[in-house]
Amino acid sequence: MPEFSGRSVRRSWAHQIPLLLWLVVLWMLLWGSFSWLNLVTGAIIAVLVTRVFYLPPVLLSGRFNLRWALVFSAHFVYDLIKGSIIVAWTAIRPGAVPRSSVIAVPLRTRSDLIMTLTTIAISLVPGSLVVETDRVRSLLYVHALATDDEAAVEQARQIVLTVEARIIRAMGSKDDLKRLVENRRAA
Amino acid sequence: MTAEETLTVLAGICLLFGALLSLAAGVGLLRFPDALSRMHAATKPQILGLIFILLAIALSNNNWATVATLIPVLLFQMMTAPISAHMIGRAAYRAGKRTDKHLLVDELEEAIDAAQAEAARHNR
Repeated sequence: MPEFSGRSVRRSWAHQIPLLLWLVVLWMLLWGSFSWLNLVTGAIIAVLVTRVFYLPPVLLSGRFNLRWALVFSAHFVYDLIKGSIIVAWTAIRPGAVPRSSVIAVPLRTRSDLIMTLTTIAISLVPGSLVVETDRVRSLLYVHALATDDEAAVEQARQIVLTVEARIIRAMGSKDDLKRLVENRRAA
Repeated sequence: MTAEETLTVLAGICLLFGALLSLAAGVGLLRFPDALSRMHAATKPQILGLIFILLAIALSNNNWATVATLIPVLLFQMMTAPISAHMIGRAAYRAGKRTDKHLLVDELEEAIDAAQAEAARHNR
């Protein structure tokens, strides 16, 4: 749990800067132009929005690996296209639709942000959908389409873990990375 | 073929792909047996379908202001689609849990049963 001493508040303020920058960029994208006026009004609105609609600060790990972020993005686009084609084909091909499974996937991360990003990435790829999450135990319950035997179930579980591993390597904390490596060695 | 014609043809191909994916989504919505499977058809092929449609718009209307406004459209769709899918999937799971014969493995049900047994033991 974050403690709310003066120092940690200041630090979380510094951690908010990437998110404030993102809000400014979004403001400019919505206007469709990059001008000084947009920059100034965007900055004012970003600060106002984060003050008025106060949410718990998103804790960034402070680590960012560009190479792994690119690896994750490339795999994500590939999975998105592959998954879309497979689900579309499952929908239109003749014959019965295979059964699905709800599987529990124990994640290695202890960060809310990584867990959320993993959930979004998995849910965006057709064929898998997060039905329920257990935040305390870092568990995701994933509904995997067309998993008609044990091998397919295990494969679906491995896919989720691989996506999580890529996100941790891209922007997870050192702690998460350590747990990832230990988990891999144990497996 | 001039450059502009090439762009128009490419935009047309993108529109066609996007439309095909939406069609497959509609067919899946009708054919998949349970609510959870239908969520896959209802929310997912649209992401790639939407990307194709947005690409078509960007190609046929090639100026940076348009592209800049298309990016938030895609980002917000990508951020909100999983959330709506998750909420509907969760509600569907809770509503139809015991009558569902379309699942091979259901580890969530096992976890819920274990938790309920634990709660019953405490209440005794």
